[in-house]
Amino acid sequence: MGIEVVVEGLTKSFGKQSIWRDVTLTLPAGEVSVMLGPSGTGKTVFLKSLIGLIKPEEGRVLINGVDMVNSPQGDIYETRKLFGLMFQDGALFGSMSLFDNIAFPLREHTRKKESEIRRIVMERIEIVGLLGAEGKLPGEISGGMRKRAGLARALVLDPQIVLCDEPDSGLDPVRTAYLSQLLIDLNAQIDATMLIVTHNLDIAATVPDNMGMLFRRELVTFGPREVLLTSEEPVVAQFLDGRREGPIGMSEEKDAATLAAEGSTAGGTGPRRIVPQLEPSPGLPPRLAVARRRDRVMGMLDRLPPAAQSAIRDTYAYSTQAPTLRMPAAGSGA
Amino acid sequence: MITGALRQTGRLFALAAEVSRAVFRRPFQFREFIEQFWFIAGVTILPAALVSIPFGAVIALQVGSLTQQLGAQSFTGGASVLAVVQQASPLIVALLIAGAGGSAICADLGSRTIREELDAMEVMGVSPVQRLVVPRVLATMAVAVLLNGLVSVVGTLGGFFFNVILQGGTPGAYLSSFSALAQLSDLYISELKALVFGFIAGIVAAYRGLNPRGGPKGVGDAVNQSVVITFLLLFFVNMVMTAVYLQIVPPKGG
Repeated sequence: MGIEVVVEGLTKSFGKQSIWRDVTLTLPAGEVSVMLGPSGTGKTVFLKSLIGLIKPEEGRVLINGVDMVNSPQGDIYETRKLFGLMFQDGALFGSMSLFDNIAFPLREHTRKKESEIRRIVMERIEIVGLLGAEGKLPGEISGGMRKRAGLARALVLDPQIVLCDEPDSGLDPVRTAYLSQLLIDLNAQIDATMLIVTHNLDIAATVPDNMGMLFRRELVTFGPREVLLTSEEPVVAQFLDGRREGPIGMSEEKDAATLAAEGSTAGGTGPRRIVPQLEPSPGLPPRLAVARRRDRVMGMLDRLPPAAQSAIRDTYAYSTQAPTLRMPAAGSGA
Repeated sequence: MITGALRQTGRLFALAAEVSRAVFRRPFQFREFIEQFWFIAGVTILPAALVSIPFGAVIALQVGSLTQQLGAQSFTGGASVLAVVQQASPLIVALLIAGAGGSAICADLGSRTIREELDAMEVMGVSPVQRLVVPRVLATMAVAVLLNGLVSVVGTLGGFFFNVILQGGTPGAYLSSFSALAQLSDLYISELKALVFGFIAGIVAAYRGLNPRGGPKGVGDAVNQSVVITFLLLFFVNMVMTAVYLQIVPPKGG
């Protein structure tokens, strides 16, 4: 089972430019979470802060009792072995073949025999569908393949926490759908805590158990997916509908005057439909996170907004096993 | 402005300290060290040899002409050899290590940094300093020391040749003045200089390579700066080391 990631009061700025302030959230162990946000709101910076690559000025990121912001370097390096991070463009080593790239963490951190390494690496290569390309250099394959190779490398040490930085960017919708399924299958197989940073609405709608959104240098919300999907918050509504009307402008945010001018036309398109969450492919074990999440969400139900409450009740009304909402789901008005 | 320069200097020293510590941390990246050593040696040996012949010759000719005017031809050998071994040779080595080896190291690390390869390495719990920088710095140091030997020999032979053939000096006087003025510690300081210069060249190249400012253009700038900064540092350090050496080691001829 994955490890819980606790983020407390994280604040980061580059020089005078504040990226985000006072971000507090908990990634529940073994569940899949998505962090949404318009471009340029510091999603990647947030991801890198979790793993200690970027040091926020304030706050803590606690993983197994190690603070990834302030703990000694040695502890941070040790804790990083629990992570698998999939970079936006793969970040493969350009001078090594895909096989050597994926074998790199094994060769650095384990004393496994070469035959054992070969077995593990080929297994991961098969999972991400790159069989036959293992001898190629990163420069010789497409961007989508590089991404998948990056994912394979992130998975090779059996991570407890998997972080994905925009897994969809540069992929066509079909491949994105496959990747979404792959991420859910992965969660079913290794039960790791997963955080996906993206602005892809399809991934956001179908993959996560929990969702959060960064905007205007703050965490707008973080919680069970129903909370965000039923949210009436203008930013969230605008983003999920992909509209121009709302607080998000071309250059990050609109000024108040522009916002007021379009205020009358910003009427919503009615309650959003909540798409069911993906299930693991047939033949794979059920996701253990589903039961844990149900207990957790039911426990906190009273504290959630009414719309989210009814959506969650709908989710679990059909069957106690159901991880997903059946269509057509009730919107906020129901 | 000033705090910026101080901060850079501080970070450079911090990296030097980190590298010195990481040298003793297991596992040592032996393979990477050999590869880098081979690479740096490969790009520096031939230019070093080719530069050192005319360099030795120029010094021999200049010293020879001066000593002739002073009527001290018999000391030409000692003077020109000391100049080559103590000054010219470490500096030639330094320029080549910084210009050929350091720029390649800086460009390599810089392009890896902007492609997030080093971040990826850190994320996998592997320290880029230990994995990449330490072998490179050790390789530059080792190549510098060995190359210094080569340049000293070639430079001295070049000087000898030009003095004897072109200026009509006598081989016997050349050699005997050499053994009258030169001592073993001259060779030691020469190799020590080469070792220190190799360290500085490696550290500066790695430091600029690890911190390029944005994009491919930044890598180009970083390479440029690393070479210039290394040159400035090397000449300054050379001056300090020479001054200290002349103070603490008594000259043989005195």
